[in-house]
Parts: sequence; C-alpha cells; structure tokens
Amino acid sequence: MAAVYKRELKSYFQSMTGYVFIAFMVLFIGIYFMAYNMMSGYPYFSYTLSGMVTIIMIGIPVLTMRSFADDRKTKTDQLLLTSPVSVGKIVLGKYLSMITVFAVPVVLSCLCPLIIKMNGTAHLKADYAAILAFFFLGCVYIAIGMFISSLTESQIIAAVGTFGIILLLLLWPNLVGFLPTTALGSLIGFFLLWSLAVLIVNRITSHTGLAVILEAAGIIVMVGLYLIKKGLFDRALTNVMEKVAITDVFQNFATHYIFDLGGLITYISIILLLVFLTVQSIEKRRWS
Amino acid sequence: MKIEQEERELIEVKNLVKDYGGHLAVDHLNFTIQDGKIYGFLGPNGAGKSTTMNIITGYIGATEGDVWINGHNILEDPEEAKRCIGYLPELPPLYVDMTVKEQLNFAAELKKIPKKDMEEEVLKVMNLAKLTDVSGRLIRNLSKGYRQRVGLAQAVLGFPPVIILDEPTVGLDPKQIIEIRDTIRELGQKHTVILSSHILSEVSAVCDHVLIIDRGRLIASDTPENLERQMADASGMELLIKGEEAQIRDILDTIPQAADVTVKESGEEAVKKVTFRLAGTGEEGVDIREIIFFAFADNRLPILSMHVNKASLEEVFLELTADAESEDKELNADLESENTDTENKKSDGEEEL
Repeated sequence: MAAVYKRELKSYFQSMTGYVFIAFMVLFIGIYFMAYNMMSGYPYFSYTLSGMVTIIMIGIPVLTMRSFADDRKTKTDQLLLTSPVSVGKIVLGKYLSMITVFAVPVVLSCLCPLIIKMNGTAHLKADYAAILAFFFLGCVYIAIGMFISSLTESQIIAAVGTFGIILLLLLWPNLVGFLPTTALGSLIGFFLLWSLAVLIVNRITSHTGLAVILEAAGIIVMVGLYLIKKGLFDRALTNVMEKVAITDVFQNFATHYIFDLGGLITYISIILLLVFLTVQSIEKRRWS
Repeated sequence: MKIEQEERELIEVKNLVKDYGGHLAVDHLNFTIQDGKIYGFLGPNGAGKSTTMNIITGYIGATEGDVWINGHNILEDPEEAKRCIGYLPELPPLYVDMTVKEQLNFAAELKKIPKKDMEEEVLKVMNLAKLTDVSGRLIRNLSKGYRQRVGLAQAVLGFPPVIILDEPTVGLDPKQIIEIRDTIRELGQKHTVILSSHILSEVSAVCDHVLIIDRGRLIASDTPENLERQMADASGMELLIKGEEAQIRDILDTIPQAADVTVKESGEEAVKKVTFRLAGTGEEGVDIREIIFFAFADNRLPILSMHVNKASLEEVFLELTADAESEDKELNADLESENTDTENKKSDGEEEL
C-alpha cells in the first residue's frame, strides 16, 4: 500500500496535476475569502467554504479522473494486479494519495480564520469544524471520482461522470421537492428504485432466478405494507431521498454551526462503501 | 536432491477455460511446467497465449479451471502465488512519468523486497538488462527496446522461481533480439522461464520444451527436437539433375524411399528440378544420399545439386495448426467455420482490453 501511495503522490507532482489542483483551490479560496470575509466583513470563514463546495465540483474530477482509468488504458494495472499486493491495498493507496493532495489546500485554508481573528471577531471553533466537514465532503467526492474512474478506460468519461454525479448531489435537495408526496406516488417510486437495484444485482451476478425472486419479494413486501398501513407511505419517498443529500451535513456545520457527528459518520460510511465498490469493480472486470 | 528439484512441478494448469462472451479464448487447457527449464508457448496470433499467461499470473480470472503456482492456488492464495512469478506482459507495464530507477524501486516495493536488499537487487537486474546507462532517464523518453528491457528487469526483480515473458522480442531490432535471447538463456540456468512467441525460430533457439497452442487448445507439448523428429515423414529431397524426365522417373521408381516425385524445368537447359518426399527409413545405416547418387551415376545422369529438406519446427507448427483447423472444419457446419476468422479477430480485440 505504501508503495502505491508514494508513487501516486509523486506522480501528482510530476505531472503538474497536483500543483494545478492546489493552485486552483487556493486561488478560489482566496477569491471567496477576499470577497466575503475581507471586503464584506463577514466573520465566518465557513461562508467562504460554502462557496467552495461548487468549486471542488470542478477540481475533484480533475484529481480523480486519472486514478484507475489511466492505469487501465496504459496497462500499468498489469504490474499492480500481478504483484503480491491485494486489490484493496492498491485502492487504498491511491485513495489516500488523492486525499493527501486535497488536504494541502485545506490545510492552507486553516490560516484564514486566524486572519479574520487578527482583524476582529472570529469564530474559530465553528470555522475549524466547518473546515473539517469540508475536508470530509471532499473525501466523499474523491471516493465517488475514484469509483467512476475504476469503471472506465477514458479519463474524460471519468471526469465528466464524476462532475455530473457531484452536480446532481449538489442539486439534490432542490430536486427532492419535485418528487410525489402521496402514498401511492411513494409506492411507485420505491417500486422503481427497487427494480433498478434488482437490475444492478442481476447485471453483477448474471443470475436471472435470483433477480426474479428478489423483484417478486420486493413487490409483495411493498404492496403488503401499503395495503396494511397506508400511512407509512405518506411522504416516505421524499423522506428517504432527502437522506441522499450529502451536502446537508456540510451545511449543518457551515450555516447552522452544528457539530454534526452523525453526519461525519455518514460521510465515512459512504467513503468506505465507495472504496469497497471500487475494489469490487476492479475484481469484477478481471472476471468478465 | 537435484533430481527431485528438477522433477518438481512448478506450475500446474488444470482444465483452464476462458470464455469471452461465447468465444472460448482458452479451451480446457491442461499442462504442467517443471522446474528449471525454458518453456516456449507457441501459437498463431489470437491462439490464447496472452490470455493463458494473464490467467496464470492472476491478472484476469478464468471462467473455469485451476492454476497452482509452486503449490499455491492463484485464487485462494493469490499473494503467495504471485510472489513466485515475475511477469513481462506484451506491453511492458511501465509508468512513463518515472525514471528507470524509480520504476524498478517501485516494482521492488510492490514485490515486497526488504528495504535493505532493494538497492542491491535493483542494481543486479539493471546490470542484467544492461540498463545502468539509462537509470536516470524518464521512461517516457526511452525507445521501445529499452522499455522492453526495463520490463524484463522488472519481471526478473527479486529473482522469483518463475519468469513469464509474453512475446519478449516483439518490435525489437535484430541486435536487441539477440541480446534479449541471451539474457533469457542466462536466466534459464537458474529459473524456470516461460516465453510466448509466434516466431518459431525464437522458440527453437531458446526453449527446452515447446507447448503449441491453437484456438485455446494445447495441440502439442514436447522438446523442439522431438517435434521435428515426429515430422520425419515430411522431410524430402531436392535435386538438380541433367537428363530427361522419363529417365529420371524410371530411376526414382526403383528407389522405394522416394515418394510423390515431381519433376520440373529448372530454367537451365536440359536440367530438371526434382523433388520428392522421403517415405520410411529404408535400410539401417545406409544414407539415402548415397543410394540416390549411385542410382543416377549408374545411369550416367549427373546430379548437379542435392539438398535434404529437414522438417523445421515451422513446418511442424504449420502442420499441427492446420490439422486442428481441418478437424474443426469437419466438426462444424460450413457456415460456422466461415465465421472463425471474424471470431479470431474479435478475440484479438478482447485480449487487448
């Protein structure tokens, strides 16, 4: 793992990607910081970070697009996968190297609350908590980007795909408002989601019987519940889908000044899930 | 003790199948690799050589079947199994943004070579592959030949018991080919080397044992000499004789070993080009060339040149792969066999994935 980590990190700073990413981040942190905190005199650095959430949407895909797509294209994955190193360690090594690059501008931004303090009132605790949440949010995005990069050979597809998904997550809280809130609407929504999940399982396992059983069981359970206790389905779809809005956790830190420990645990769980999925996607590719 | 080691099975491949969505790239392959020899994987393009090597090294999974490396199953105990193998794929897996030394250090770390031995091990393989002059250069700036050598050095690094080389001489100039072959021979003294090739002379020049693969099936496995001997029937003679065709044929009719006689104009006046196949061995200890010489000398027909064509590995190979093809054609309907070409092309594409 250490070998992969070191190589990846070195390569980020040999290919300029690392420098460009850091410069890009620092530049925009600077711009937002100047506009919000210095010029408008807003005492919370977290406000600047809220602005940065849209900026990392562009930065993160650049950082992650290469991670696995490039290895696959240049066939250097043959070296990694035929070495006595497990796939999990390769994935972790790469993931940690990207996090390290991302950590550089985040650590640099830690100076900003101090600058605010030098000029007047600062809310150091709230600001540093927000920086922490921002870092974790970035780590989630990096995990998403890494997973998408492991699905394709093309860096462009990886970057665009990652950008699309992060944008979707950003717009998610607004999109949820368009979902039906009636019980029947929720039932149909769950049915569609379940069918999609079954379809994915079917694609992965190539087991038609299993998929049919799962689909049938899902329908029976859902329709059964609907008939027995209709009230359960009121607004249920919206409530469930709202949970996917991962930027909410960061907003708790940045705009409501709440230390949302549960939210951070959610972030870590999502990261672990995505790392696991990346390992699975690489293993799966070797078998098909 | 020595004998025991030589008899040891280092790699065992059992009933290996790789199915690329309906196309069998590897079709129930079985073989064992013994310690301390140089093995050659021979087959036309798309025969399944690379796929087989990729499965043995654990790069891709097999649809069916098992691979044991030094007693470790590649699926159940992948890390131990991979530790026993050094692999140079068709395209050397090198990071172009690293220098030769960095690449080899990275590979050494991946192979879990202890830190204290790393420097020495890397130097050893750089000397072996003659890379010391370019150790500080970026791989991006190296020629194909040098990249191949870095790939070879990387495969040899740590001196694993098995070294697998997929078409190690493709795209190299003749001098580099000779150098790489010498290196392989040198390695073969202490290691088991498996190399794949579609170049026959290479295999017959370097290998102790040849495995011929066609359409994912093993169609022959023997020493190059034995394979050539099996084909003794295919050897023949080519003569230039001054004389009339009828007379030449009459003389050859008296010699039982000469079969399938053809007589052609050679281009020179009154000189005929005669070729025939050698059938059977004839009397013990009598050279067929003597018999031919005296037969024509007695009839006062001068032999201007005489040449015995021995079956080369090339012919063995063509014969064997052609056999497999004709069997296939008999088995399959005509329509299907017409599709094989496109299938082969498809398999090429898929192997590159």
